[in-house]
Amino acid sequence: MRRGPSVFNVTAVALGLAFLYLPIVILVIYSFNASRLVTVWGGWSVRWYVALWNDTAMLEAAWISLRIAALSATVATVLGTLAAVALVRAGRFRGRAVFSAMVYAPLVMPEVITGLSLLLLFVAVDLDRGFWTVTIAHTTLTLCFVTVVVQARLLSFDRSLEEAAMDLGCPPLKTFFVITLPLIFPAIAAGWLLAFTLSLDDLVIASFTTGPGASTLPIRIYSEVRLGVKPQINAICTIMIALVALIVVVAALLAKRSELAPARQVARGA
Amino acid sequence: MSAPPPAPQPGPQSGPQPAPAPRRAFGMRLLVLIPALWLALFFVAPFLIVLKISLSQTVIAQPPYAPVLDPAGGLPALREFVAGLSLDNYALLVTDALYVTSYLRSLAMAAGSTLLLLLIGYPIAYGIARSPRRIQPVLVIAVFLPFLTAFLIRIYAWVNILQREGLLNEVLLALGLVREPLALLSTDAAIVIGLVYSYLPFMVLPLYASLERMDDSLLEAAADLGCPAWKAFWLVTVPLSMPGVTAGALLCFIPIVGEFVVPDLLGGSGAMMIGQTLWVEFFSNKDWPVASALAVALLAILLAPIVIHQHLQSRTLGGG
Amino acid sequence: MLSHSPRAISVAGMANGNFEQRTGGAARIFAPWKDPAVRPLLRIEAVTKRFGEAEAVSQLSLDIYEREFFALLGPSGCGKTTLLRMLAGFDQPSAGRILLDGNDLAGVPPHRRPVNMMFQNYALFPHLTVEGNIAFGLRQDRLPKAEIAARVADMLALVRLEGFGARRPHQLSGGQRQRVALARALAKRPRVLLLDEPLSALDRKLREDTGFELMELQDKLGLTFIVVTHDQEEAMMLADRIGVMNAGTLAQVATPAEIYEQPNSRWVADFIGDVNLIEGRVVSAGLGEAVIDSRAGGRLRVAQNVDAPVGATVWLALRPEKIEIAAREPAAFDANRLIGQVHDIGYLGDVSILRVRLDSGFEIKAAVANRTRLIERPIGIGDRVWLSWAPEAGVVLTQ
Repeated sequence: MRRGPSVFNVTAVALGLAFLYLPIVILVIYSFNASRLVTVWGGWSVRWYVALWNDTAMLEAAWISLRIAALSATVATVLGTLAAVALVRAGRFRGRAVFSAMVYAPLVMPEVITGLSLLLLFVAVDLDRGFWTVTIAHTTLTLCFVTVVVQARLLSFDRSLEEAAMDLGCPPLKTFFVITLPLIFPAIAAGWLLAFTLSLDDLVIASFTTGPGASTLPIRIYSEVRLGVKPQINAICTIMIALVALIVVVAALLAKRSELAPARQVARGA
Repeated sequence: MSAPPPAPQPGPQSGPQPAPAPRRAFGMRLLVLIPALWLALFFVAPFLIVLKISLSQTVIAQPPYAPVLDPAGGLPALREFVAGLSLDNYALLVTDALYVTSYLRSLAMAAGSTLLLLLIGYPIAYGIARSPRRIQPVLVIAVFLPFLTAFLIRIYAWVNILQREGLLNEVLLALGLVREPLALLSTDAAIVIGLVYSYLPFMVLPLYASLERMDDSLLEAAADLGCPAWKAFWLVTVPLSMPGVTAGALLCFIPIVGEFVVPDLLGGSGAMMIGQTLWVEFFSNKDWPVASALAVALLAILLAPIVIHQHLQSRTLGGG
Repeated sequence: MLSHSPRAISVAGMANGNFEQRTGGAARIFAPWKDPAVRPLLRIEAVTKRFGEAEAVSQLSLDIYEREFFALLGPSGCGKTTLLRMLAGFDQPSAGRILLDGNDLAGVPPHRRPVNMMFQNYALFPHLTVEGNIAFGLRQDRLPKAEIAARVADMLALVRLEGFGARRPHQLSGGQRQRVALARALAKRPRVLLLDEPLSALDRKLREDTGFELMELQDKLGLTFIVVTHDQEEAMMLADRIGVMNAGTLAQVATPAEIYEQPNSRWVADFIGDVNLIEGRVVSAGLGEAVIDSRAGGRLRVAQNVDAPVGATVWLALRPEKIEIAAREPAAFDANRLIGQVHDIGYLGDVSILRVRLDSGFEIKAAVANRTRLIERPIGIGDRVWLSWAPEAGVVLTQ
């Protein structure tokens, strides 16, 4: 696919990207709109950011979301990486098909089903719902995404590097930690990022599995939105977008500098 | 001079294969066991519970369903428990038009959105695959980046755009294309727009991966044999991109059937999709058993596409 | 295919003079395989490797001696790489044993074998510097830091990459990467160094230079090298002995000159270089000489003990460069001679390959070195020519 894009191709891509970024751009612009109405442009202002600063409920929800996201992403990354290694390296073991099904099912499962089932589990074992149940739920949801990314990287990993290490006297387990892991690290980091944003983002599962005092940011935004458009929401949304964009840009620059794994592998893995 | 060395002396047999060090095999098993346990506990077990609840009735109690299995009760308690189960909820699903409509509507919306996603996503994926190699990764990240920023937020942004006083109407009025603001929000059209918007990366990426892998020289061979470019597209490119099409279609269709956020925020007060129905049953009506039955039925409906997806997944991403 | 460049012809000659030169011109010849008192360093005993139903290596036995530069040569799929991997420990034999210094290597994992490998794709660790790569094996042995640093410096000097220590693999050229791979494999002073197609990735000029460097290095360090290659020139140039492999077994194990001039079968004769195989029946076989009645036309004399009964079918293997071509009948009375017409000429600059169709219909290839700078060669297509060769020039094969 190298023959050069036609006008149609370029237009398609341009329109597609415009479609994808338009709402985001609008959101960001309107977070600086002095007027509270969308129809009226009241000039540039940061009043909604100030209002947000005073909106403790919203800020607390954001803080809870960030903590849940960081925690669940980390656990999901560890578990997901283990699962990826198992699927790529463990060969044909008994129950592989079942294991594979368990790992990949959450990828497509509608969230209402996952959320409901997890809540029912927590109720059945009489576990108090709140911060930890949401964390467990998010870990379970995002685990498979990490596996997809890491597995793709492992499949294209040059095994002769591992053989060279063992040939030079490095035992297999040590080889994994000293050679393989550092070299697939960008994929693992990409998986963490993916899990982090999925958790930050999630409304349905969090709604099912949360408890009193553990309102996540999406839950708060959702309840506010039902009551009518509130400009502070634009502000917090812009901040979140900026945060994620910053992380991605930094990550991409780091990856480029270390020249270890091309960005395409990360994107393709996802 | 060129004879091979003398035959090996009889002695210790060239015996059976040395087995892989037992430590290694154990390590591998542990590798599988840890995530497997987590998933079995937090993914598979809950489904069994949902199944059980779907066979129960609602009661005003904590927990709000009956019968409840008392492990201490022994065999008679178990028998009583089993006697309390029934298929009443499923009967309700089948007979009440509300639920049937909801399922059908969800399937129709999902099918329509997936088709639209394919029609919109294919040119984008194709365009990226045709661009110069160096900027392809950048474009791919650009398509993927919105997915990393909050889903809820982006849907909310569409509220901004589509509402009566929203941006789209402003533009249309300003350009004189309409005389009065369109009621776009709270319609099926809005839901479809929102669904296409949210799932576009899921369609574009598998399609791109499939198209990018295609060998340039195949199209050149077609041209050499007298096939015009547009025809070569249909006869060569499209068939070869089928794996990507199937992957993208399944990746979109299955979750869209159970979507909640998009129809809830952008849709109207008319018929609901099944995700909304389930939500309402659970949170508003507090009817856990019916909600569970809805979930089980949904899973049953989606079972075929899910299995197909699993099969494709294990085939492409390393089948051992 | 051995090219017919002067270099190749001199290489074939050099293979003979190789070991003489190496031992400083003294009459000592390096041939430990001929000495029954010498124990082999590496003994491969009836090793078989099965992948499912197929046997990649079948009942292969081979002894390799210390300080030897051994080449495993064969077409792709012959099992040479499989054998190499079994020596390194990445695969286990399905049957048979591998003994190093008398110790059975069965069950010994690669990281515990005193064997190191130079990989075909170099397999340099991209996230480590050149120094880091070379020191890697030494670090696994937990040598003191000072010693590691000293060894690394030695290795860098050995491969002439001083000053490159802090660079990363992606900052090096292909040839430099190869030298790092070599240094890394040599750093631990292994008993045996395995080289997987070491020259295949290099261009022609670099291949020759690097080949000579490898030979010097091996000689200087006194190590045992085992090279796996599909390239005949590489094998002939580098090795003390070559093991020619075909479909999982060894067809012949001998020095390059022996393999070239005394192949033990038609397959080996055909695989190495260019050859004319003339089928015939034994007419008489005496001491040091025999007569063959050949398809090519008439009776041919060979100066060799032919171990076959009268009437048996044998083949005369005759290398193109051993044949003389003349427009007139040759004078030497004991030379074999045939008449034919030049059918095709391949001009290669340094030599010309003439395809001569004999009156019997049989076709023979003869190589003529172009000793003069004439553009118009004396013998052209369509000319009738005499082909002649001495009785010692060909070798009779019974299989």
